[in-house]
Amino acid sequence: MIETAPQATFLDANEIVINMGPQHPSTHGVLRVILKLDGEKVLGAECVIGYLHRGIEKIAEHRTYGQFAPYVDRMDYVAAVSNGLGYCESVEKLLGVEAPPRARYVRTILTELNRISSHLLWLGTHALDLGAITPLFYCFREREEVLKIFENYCGARLTTHAFRIGGLQYELYDGFEEQVRTFCEFFLRKVDEYETLLTHNRIWLERTKGVGILKSDQAIDLGVTGPLLRASGVKWDIRKAMPYAAYEEFEFDIPTGTVGDTYDRYLVRMEEFRQSVRICRQAVSRIPTGPVMAKVPKIIKPPAGEVYHSIESPKGELGYLVASDGSTQPYRVRVRPPSFINLQALDRMVKGHLVADVVAIIGTIDIVLGEVDR
Amino acid sequence: MAEDKEGKEIKPEGQKPEQAKPAPAAPAAGAAPPAAAKEAPAKPAVPAPESWSGELPEALRKQFPEVALEAFTFRGQNFFLVPKENFLAVANYLKSVSGFTMLADLTAMDFPKEEKRFQVVYQMYSFSRNERLRLKVPVGDGETIESVVPVWGVADWLEREVYDMFGIRFEHHPNLRRILLPDEWQGYPLRKDYPILQQDTRWVQENLHIESGQ
Repeated sequence: MIETAPQATFLDANEIVINMGPQHPSTHGVLRVILKLDGEKVLGAECVIGYLHRGIEKIAEHRTYGQFAPYVDRMDYVAAVSNGLGYCESVEKLLGVEAPPRARYVRTILTELNRISSHLLWLGTHALDLGAITPLFYCFREREEVLKIFENYCGARLTTHAFRIGGLQYELYDGFEEQVRTFCEFFLRKVDEYETLLTHNRIWLERTKGVGILKSDQAIDLGVTGPLLRASGVKWDIRKAMPYAAYEEFEFDIPTGTVGDTYDRYLVRMEEFRQSVRICRQAVSRIPTGPVMAKVPKIIKPPAGEVYHSIESPKGELGYLVASDGSTQPYRVRVRPPSFINLQALDRMVKGHLVADVVAIIGTIDIVLGEVDR
Repeated sequence: MAEDKEGKEIKPEGQKPEQAKPAPAAPAAGAAPPAAAKEAPAKPAVPAPESWSGELPEALRKQFPEVALEAFTFRGQNFFLVPKENFLAVANYLKSVSGFTMLADLTAMDFPKEEKRFQVVYQMYSFSRNERLRLKVPVGDGETIESVVPVWGVADWLEREVYDMFGIRFEHHPNLRRILLPDEWQGYPLRKDYPILQQDTRWVQENLHIESGQ
């Protein structure tokens, strides 16, 4: 006799809750997602975060302005240079000083190289999550070249602390321009190589097209920024809208998508590789001479008040609200973390998709848990 | 930065910032001086927030004549101080009429010596004007403030974080729970009276089975 009752009960239970993470390779760190499923269809996702919370904003209130700068590298640790740029520029704005042109050019170049290395990490792991193993090795090979430039410049590869409040600590090393130029030359060909592997790959198309669609009005409502917002068709990039560093002086395009799905986000980031190379090439050919450090007092004591300054980090809008009470320590430092806010859109994006697509969508948001949790 | 359309940007006037002695109580007249600031006589050379007049403050004052609205500008960045009773209407107006469709950030600051202890800070952005605007709403200890989740969806997690770190409760928030810290944690770490080494010892002992997390 065949027992039908348990089966029937199982089929009737149209809602299952499963846990994904925090120890799960495709969540890119310690992210726990509680998925509500109907069969294999996702009804909703709830993120549980905070496993990596270190209280960086609290630490800021107990350090001087200069002492806090290395801490910001530990938020988005794959794009430490961007973090440092955002923080240094915010404090400079509060102080009312401006970095000299040479420093601004070098900052631009290093930040763009950092964007390349961050996107490379995203591409490698995202493709790996979706079953393509080869791009990971290629991406890490090229990422190594970027990290070598960072290492040559400031001695560190990941948490670089490359910039100081008011400019740069170090002059450029001999052969910097040549190394960046060689990298740009070689890297453009590599981007084409990645595209031959993925862009028209049938499996890739099946896994990414139409997955995790975010419409432009939804994206704006959810405060999503960076490549996610651009893939939804909003042509907005802080480098263009409110230029900082030396971005005003270079020509580059803002790639946008139309549908706002995972495939569009992939295309946007691939194009950003090329645009970053374009910026680096322009910048490196005309780095101005002069000092690399503005006149900044030994003891940094900004006037009381607060400023908000944001930059386009590889993940999106990275903002700092720095408030001063006139003493040597910040009264409050608030970080607007792009990953944290972009991750909030996960629930909206996974609804109606399959469990396997959740992996694709987490990958496409490009989160770094160090920044989500701070 | 294209933030300031009124050309009101404050120039440091060649002032070296190290001459800036503890400034005369922060965000301008009547607005929450930070606790640490001493009551030193005002030095006019120190850049400080000054009142901002322009098209937007005008429009807001016209629209909300009964609201005690204060407008300031500092370092080319504009901000409003709005009492919490009226701020939701102001926020709605800014979004739908003035075009501030994106809420870039939402956070809070703690000024324990003030009458209204906290300031909830809304950092808005308008695509059409390419302009940023800050809205600051003073909230007293133990008081609640209206949630802006219906206005900007992004506020959901951000308000949860403010609740987590400062203990400010948001009315009508769909899911007001801690977000970064464990649900059972006692205390609000970003308050100024929460020392940097403080922890919830009981939570640590019960959940991590260690004496101390330090």
